[in-house]
Amino acid sequence: MTSTSANPETLSALDRPNSYIGKTVPRPNLDRLMQGRGLYVSDIELPRMVHVVFVRSPHAHAKIIGIDASAAKQMPGVIAIVSGGELAAVITPWVGVLSHLKGMKSAPQNAIAIDRVCWQGEAVAAVVANSRAQGEDAAELVSVDYQELDAVTDMRTALDPTTAVIHASLGDNLAFERNHDAGTVDQALAESDEVIEAEFIFGRHTGVTLEPRAVVADWNAAEARLTIYQGSQAPHMVQNIAALHLGLKESQVRVVCKDVGGSFGIKVHIYADEMAAYALSKLLRRPVKFVADRVESFNTDIHARDHRCKGKIGVKRDGTITAFEIDDLTGIGPYSMYPRTSAIEANQVVNLVGGPYVTRNYRARARVVFQNKNVMCQYRAVGHPIACSVTEGLVDLAAMKIGMDPIEIRRRNLIADDAYPCASPSGLRFEQLSHHAALAKLVRMMDYDALRAEQSALRARNIHRGIGIASFIEVTNPSAAFYGVGGAKISSQDGVAVRLDAQGSVICQTSITEQGQGSESLTAQIVGSVLGVSMDRVRVILGDTDNTPYGGGTWASRGAGIGGEAALQATKVLRKNILDVAAAILQSTAGELDIVNNVVVTVVDGAPRIELSELARIVYFRPDTLPPGIQPELMATRHFVPREYPFAFTNGVQASWLDVDIDTGFVKLLKHWVVEDCGTIINPQLVDEQIRGGVVQGLGAALFEKCVYDERGQLTNANMADYLVPMSGEMPDIDVGHVVSPTLESELGAKGAGEAGTAGAAAAVTNAVNDALKPFGAIITEIPLTPQIILTALGRI
Amino acid sequence: MKASAFDYARATSVAHALELLTAHGERAKVLAGGQSLLPAMNLRLMAPEFIVDIGELAELRGVTVKGDVLTIGALTRHADLLKSPEIAAHAPLLRDAVAHVAHPAIRNRGTIGGSLAQADPASELPACMLALDATIIARGPRGERRIAADEFFAGIYETALAPQELLIAVELPVQPKDSTHYFHEFARRHGDYAIVGLAAQALVRDGRFADLRLGFFAVGDRPLLARSAGELIDVAVTPAVLAEASSALDEELSPLEDQQATPAMRRHLAKVLLMRCVSSLLSRPDLCTGVSA
Amino acid sequence: MTAAVAISLSVNGELVEASVLPRLNLADFLREHLKLTGTHVGCEHGVCGACTVRVNGDIIRSCLMLAVQMHNAKVETIEGVSDSGEIADLQSAFRERNALQCGFCTPGMLMAAQDLLQQSPTPDREQIREHLSGNYCRCTGYQAIVDAIETTARARAGRSP
Repeated sequence: MTSTSANPETLSALDRPNSYIGKTVPRPNLDRLMQGRGLYVSDIELPRMVHVVFVRSPHAHAKIIGIDASAAKQMPGVIAIVSGGELAAVITPWVGVLSHLKGMKSAPQNAIAIDRVCWQGEAVAAVVANSRAQGEDAAELVSVDYQELDAVTDMRTALDPTTAVIHASLGDNLAFERNHDAGTVDQALAESDEVIEAEFIFGRHTGVTLEPRAVVADWNAAEARLTIYQGSQAPHMVQNIAALHLGLKESQVRVVCKDVGGSFGIKVHIYADEMAAYALSKLLRRPVKFVADRVESFNTDIHARDHRCKGKIGVKRDGTITAFEIDDLTGIGPYSMYPRTSAIEANQVVNLVGGPYVTRNYRARARVVFQNKNVMCQYRAVGHPIACSVTEGLVDLAAMKIGMDPIEIRRRNLIADDAYPCASPSGLRFEQLSHHAALAKLVRMMDYDALRAEQSALRARNIHRGIGIASFIEVTNPSAAFYGVGGAKISSQDGVAVRLDAQGSVICQTSITEQGQGSESLTAQIVGSVLGVSMDRVRVILGDTDNTPYGGGTWASRGAGIGGEAALQATKVLRKNILDVAAAILQSTAGELDIVNNVVVTVVDGAPRIELSELARIVYFRPDTLPPGIQPELMATRHFVPREYPFAFTNGVQASWLDVDIDTGFVKLLKHWVVEDCGTIINPQLVDEQIRGGVVQGLGAALFEKCVYDERGQLTNANMADYLVPMSGEMPDIDVGHVVSPTLESELGAKGAGEAGTAGAAAAVTNAVNDALKPFGAIITEIPLTPQIILTALGRI
Repeated sequence: MKASAFDYARATSVAHALELLTAHGERAKVLAGGQSLLPAMNLRLMAPEFIVDIGELAELRGVTVKGDVLTIGALTRHADLLKSPEIAAHAPLLRDAVAHVAHPAIRNRGTIGGSLAQADPASELPACMLALDATIIARGPRGERRIAADEFFAGIYETALAPQELLIAVELPVQPKDSTHYFHEFARRHGDYAIVGLAAQALVRDGRFADLRLGFFAVGDRPLLARSAGELIDVAVTPAVLAEASSALDEELSPLEDQQATPAMRRHLAKVLLMRCVSSLLSRPDLCTGVSA
Repeated sequence: MTAAVAISLSVNGELVEASVLPRLNLADFLREHLKLTGTHVGCEHGVCGACTVRVNGDIIRSCLMLAVQMHNAKVETIEGVSDSGEIADLQSAFRERNALQCGFCTPGMLMAAQDLLQQSPTPDREQIREHLSGNYCRCTGYQAIVDAIETTARARAGRSP
């Protein structure tokens, strides 16, 4: 189910005949991917290309006493074996901190470990060979002498004085701490009729992009230029960092992103092994390819969500929520990731808890600690699922305690739709949200009362089903407040250049990138609509630092809202420029003319005057026939960044309907609903599919996904047979509905939609499981909700 | 993630395969469907020096019925079992079980012989062999051997097969017309290895079990033919009788711990399966009233 | 000693003669030797389904077969079934339904879907989900894929006499 309401604010440039805005149109260029003709980094081969295989630490924490590569060097196909110390000659280390995260600290990280390894899977040497298989053969013969050190693996004891300090220079294992205290929490709790506490535990999980991380780095010594082919979400960020640490100018580094086999925040960071591949290319003066295999992916792709969060909520008997209080603890691995840092997720948790609700009383502490496990960092819906699960879990516990329906307690506490602009208890500013409209729509879509009746009837037959509700807010369209103010050279603005070619088609270069979200499509839809040309005439170029304007890329749900607005503004200029030339050719005025369906027409009667192809012919080949003094500019460039609000918040609500087999602890998902508000919808189908895909990532976390470490810091399920991702057989159909509150920060009015599904799915499922288990008095606040955990909560095992 | 190098020979006959196995002994691995062997080799968990590919041995493939014996060639694929009219008619338990094995693309390659020789304690077919009272036929340098299914499985990935022996076929008694069966497993996702599973074959006469063979899997280091089934034969099954059988089953189990389940959970789920199986086979919903620890 | 082995096979209708090392799996053979890069490698241990191709008419995981096992076999990849037009309607349904995002799973998903439709012309949603249960997609949440296959099944059923 999808519905959109018309945007009452007229968008002049968009509200045109034949507009593609708000329409479902197929994405351009899907045939390439469906016919196996895509070009992913793993497909790229270059002349003289060699493959790098990393020898990785089997220990969570150890001193490197020595590396003996003599036998490995004799193996067939081996080109070079390079240690961390040797590679340091061409690449400098980095420290992943941001200055606006006060007090944050981390230690310098090298592309390849020198002297010491800090997690199982950290690279200790690079084997460069003619093939991956030969590289693996040789890597088995590289003998590394380790002296094992105490591994810090339990975040709960990481700060104890008796626990080893991972980086002595830092003094302790605390990477970052944030405290927030708003309103009068103690008083509010004291005045509450009930105060409920719970500890929420989240399984560490990871992105499992189907295409693993991959890079081909090609240092051309004769040109003194490095070309990096990589599936990055942020090519200009990679360009900046590669240049910085290899001692190059940015102009010497080109980053090319072709097709990308899934990203979800996994491919927006700087990984040590990818930096090593760039450096090896420079060292060896030839193209070097690194494709992580699946085991390496599990051991080195960023993990996320390893949090334990204590929460407290106060509530009055009439359902008024009086206060929220949380104490969040997260373990991030031995280094803060570069350059976005690994403190953002905890920071987001503090920002987002309690966000949908009226109460201003909110106290929070978040601590981020180092451990000897793989690094953690930002993955889709950073912090949102934790904040949402804690908030919505507490709200349901409060409702249960006072005997109120979960919908009703939300109705009584969600911020009113006419209360905006306003701020959250954590101080975030909301421009316009629509919690109540969204909740009302959700209740209609799921036929809440009928579902409750069905639940009750089935309970009598010993069938235990649950309904779970989760309201959420979502951070999108981040401004420089996210990273730029902290000193990271990650652009928050995006640029678009759009030009008319000599046959009247349009070429559009944008700094946002495509990993399947539909960046290319939404850009073409905006350009086509604003200009008045059909989409088949619009070609979009993205993912190449040599051939696109400078910009942030696609992450944090910013592509449509920021890149889309840049496209709109650039195309408006091009349209004006075209109409100026047309007016000169037609001896008319620009105001009397319009472009409709590839033809310049007269506004009043729509009469066709000149095809764009003819106009382009004249401009490019017969400028001599133009009136004197006319210099056509059939190319326009514009950039955009939100300035008024640091983030464009969106909101929504999810519901889960599921069955719990109380004998076995197995959960069967029956149905899932989402209503969300991402402002102007450019392509309803793309938005709905972002939501659905996001929901399923959240459902994976809710039921299946967890990186299981043992007490020595060994990841024990680093393969796809043991790490369970959501597959089609267990996933439900998902109904999606919308409320539309455009942001007034841009003419387009679009906010993001990439995080919404993931943000609330696990909370809805957990609440539904607890709803199903209500007759048994069992409450679970831990995900994934495995049969083992459910049976244990039920006291059956 | 690339397999280590190995030498390879494509066997042209069973005799040729046996020659190769004799020549290369423990250095060699037999490649049938390869759906367990190749993942292990890709992950370099195994690095055999020599691979004997028996995939071309057409004589090892197929299902035949002679008298009251059903013979299944070792190279008969899971997909073949699923589609075979002989299996559907004479051992439908196998058809039901195979539907739970992995996914279509895997079932198109995986073979019954490979599955039995692999002897993964969590896999379906070994337990079915126990429930169906199968005989496993192996051929080696000294000729053919017939091994009862409950003597074949010796531990995790361990069987009674010698390195020089090849599993040739399995023989199953054709199930009587009025025989019934039950198959179920608890797996986290479609096609995953089971946390606990049960393959059962029964004769029900006048509301009682005249015969009941319960093949549990993923409850220990090898599939288990539950002796406790005996408590349910030729008696009027009441909740009390079932509870006693359940306790007796508990005594027989020695489940292992892994990431999916503790031993306690496996014991619990095995008992749930027993209850559901008996309830289903006897068409007695009243027996299915929840299981307590 | 791990000597190369000569094989002769048909790939997308073309005769291919090659000499391959025994350890080379079919996925890598297709991608690296024949440059048929539409067959993707996602896990290399038979779980993700991205490398699904057809061998002698049956879908299989090409990471779990060796190139040497392909002697005399008939191999069909996403490039083959695309060029022949065999799955044009399925591809069209995927396009209209946006049943792919990053596209990395898509070739394997299409091979599995076509296999289902050949065996079971009018599958219900449950059967579709079950048949695809060995093909991992991280982007779509599967629903759009199920929809596209259901649509194709109905259209094909409508066309057949």
